[in-house]
Amino acid sequence: MIWRFILKRLLYMIPFLFAVSIVSFLLIQAPPGDYLTTYIAKLGESNEVLDQASINNLRARFGLDQPLYVQYFKWVGNLLQGDFGMSFEWRQPVSDLVWERMGLTVCLSFATLLFTWALAMPIGIYSAVRKYTLGDYIITTIGFIGLATPNFLLALILMYIGVVHFGADVGGLFSPEYKNAPWSWAKVVNLIEHLWLPVIVLGTGATASLIRIMRANLLDELNRPYVDTARAKGLSEWALIMKYPVRVALNPFVSTIGWVLPNLVSGAVVTAIVLSLPTAGPLMLQALLSQDMYLAGAFVLLLSSLTVVGMLISDILLVLLDPRVRYE
Amino acid sequence: MSDGSVGPKDTAHPPLRGTGDGAPTRLETSDAGTAGLPADAAPDKVAIASQWQLTWWAFKRHRLAMLGLWVIGLLYLIAIFSEFIAPDDPFKQNRRAVFHPPQMIHFIDRTEDGIQLRPYVWEMDRQRDPETLAITYTKSGEKIYLRMFGPGPEYKFWGIWTTNIHLFATVDPREKYFLFGADRLGRDMFSRIAYGTRISMSIGLVGVAISLVLGIVLGGLSGYYGGRIDMAIQRLIEFTLSLPTIPIWLALAAALPPSWPIYQQYFVITLIVSLVGWTELGRVVRGRFLAMKNDDFVIAARLDGASEPRIIFRHMLPSLTSHIIASLTLAVPLMILAETGLSFLGLGLQPPAISWGVLLKEAQNILSISQAPWLFIPGGFVVIAVLAFNFLGDGMRDAADPYGH
Repeated sequence: MIWRFILKRLLYMIPFLFAVSIVSFLLIQAPPGDYLTTYIAKLGESNEVLDQASINNLRARFGLDQPLYVQYFKWVGNLLQGDFGMSFEWRQPVSDLVWERMGLTVCLSFATLLFTWALAMPIGIYSAVRKYTLGDYIITTIGFIGLATPNFLLALILMYIGVVHFGADVGGLFSPEYKNAPWSWAKVVNLIEHLWLPVIVLGTGATASLIRIMRANLLDELNRPYVDTARAKGLSEWALIMKYPVRVALNPFVSTIGWVLPNLVSGAVVTAIVLSLPTAGPLMLQALLSQDMYLAGAFVLLLSSLTVVGMLISDILLVLLDPRVRYE
Repeated sequence: MSDGSVGPKDTAHPPLRGTGDGAPTRLETSDAGTAGLPADAAPDKVAIASQWQLTWWAFKRHRLAMLGLWVIGLLYLIAIFSEFIAPDDPFKQNRRAVFHPPQMIHFIDRTEDGIQLRPYVWEMDRQRDPETLAITYTKSGEKIYLRMFGPGPEYKFWGIWTTNIHLFATVDPREKYFLFGADRLGRDMFSRIAYGTRISMSIGLVGVAISLVLGIVLGGLSGYYGGRIDMAIQRLIEFTLSLPTIPIWLALAAALPPSWPIYQQYFVITLIVSLVGWTELGRVVRGRFLAMKNDDFVIAARLDGASEPRIIFRHMLPSLTSHIIASLTLAVPLMILAETGLSFLGLGLQPPAISWGVLLKEAQNILSISQAPWLFIPGGFVVIAVLAFNFLGDGMRDAADPYGH
């Protein structure tokens, strides 16, 4: 049964991904001029001339002389074969550039998601159970401020504190000696040592809103008669709260993964630019500023797909956790 | 007194519980406040109060929301009168005031003549370290006196009439003071923030207006007609919500030619930013329309032969005005944050324009902020504005919901 549901949701993703690819393609097409004119202009800046044969070759490869929809299908066809086009700025195939950065982006996003959950759940429960105590007020206040602070401002402030009070540059994901080293166990450890700062910066906003959601959901449940019944039967307060109301309140919590992930991916772009992390954000910004549209389009496509996958995961988790949600 | 005496408006608040004949009405004061009526409201006053009055009473009890209202009012005053409030021309560069630190205004002046109430700041002298060439500022011991409504640099108020009166000016026009310090070109941060307030706060409003139109039209169509239109619009909303906004905004903003004049940039950025705000509103409107479309008053209007636009705009929309206002208030901070983020990355408004995001771009460089932490001040304004809007929106949502728990 569950497999049929997953299969169905996978099929349901196809139109979504199709729409995402159209949006990305339109963004590639948006700037004036096409890929080749920009490419030739770029080469001209460094006094290089592309001979007519290679121009024709490239033109045929991307189908630039054909109508827009043909170009689109050509682009998608190439995508399905793993060819994302060429980055003229880097003079490399886009697929060589994006994967490692996307990998780090996924790693950062999911680390932040775990951090957010690990923090928001206990704090939200505490805040609901000890409603209107000093602790609850402190949590609510911090939560509001966390929601109102843009990611990049938080990143800047933490960097400022790092530089002024600790004299250390806290940007980046790796120490210099690991930056270009091949992947090894030591490099992974080094990554984890650097990951905490971006995770905190990124996670604050989402944690704050999840705490509020958890608190509100749990408050709704705590007044239900079944809670009184369980208490009257002499269940310990801890077991009572964890076993019944928390499980019910968790339901909307899980479905938030669907909207938290797009926010995280968005936030990760800005935060990564401020903290100069080797993730998708900075390279995408650079590509956009220099109108390197195939590279930028690939990032838009991959980042959007990531959030669509996140929605799928949240739907599946929801079904697994809550027997009341039907497979249909 | 019985519940019936509450009158025809009893949907606006839960039934009141009387304590006996003639005794003052005891109100339920559960945590979030029920209808939030003031305790001294006489029963008959409650009975005849209009929906808006009831909402306003409920709103007034929400202290944080009232605070938010005051703060937002103040920020919009700054936005409206920014030329008058700014003591200096925000574009005026001053080489002798590069990274000038902020100066506190003191009000009580102690001189040989005794104590006077007279605002002044301490003058700062600029020194250059002969070895490191680093610039430092120290107090010279001289006072710069300030006065209200004094003459300063000339400006065109709202682009209409020319004047030189500012809210605060130095008594000696040749002197300068920097309430929030100066940036790397010696421009007065306070003046720049005042001008930035105008753009940042208005982008939220204009963006919300566009979202409002999109949200009501699409959400209304979806909820009123249902069926396939509903399906299509729901998928569109889901799709928009699943997109990571910032990469899309960045890509859209990057497609704008940087040579465009400021007002054109401003309009397009607002449009881009509002593309995301409508979804939430669309959902609210759809849900309410779905629930309402078979209500008696709508059926009555339909049987009466009212046209569809009349049913929608005259009968259905007014009953969710308060919800719409609350959702709009909660959408404004999202737009402010979006504009700030875009401009901060250099893809929003471009430098001759001043917004909080453009100002924060100056704080991107870790070296300049470690030297001049006051470049963070625009960030403080962003946080305060966003907080105030959130408080206000929360308070309005609670006040507008007659069945709030």
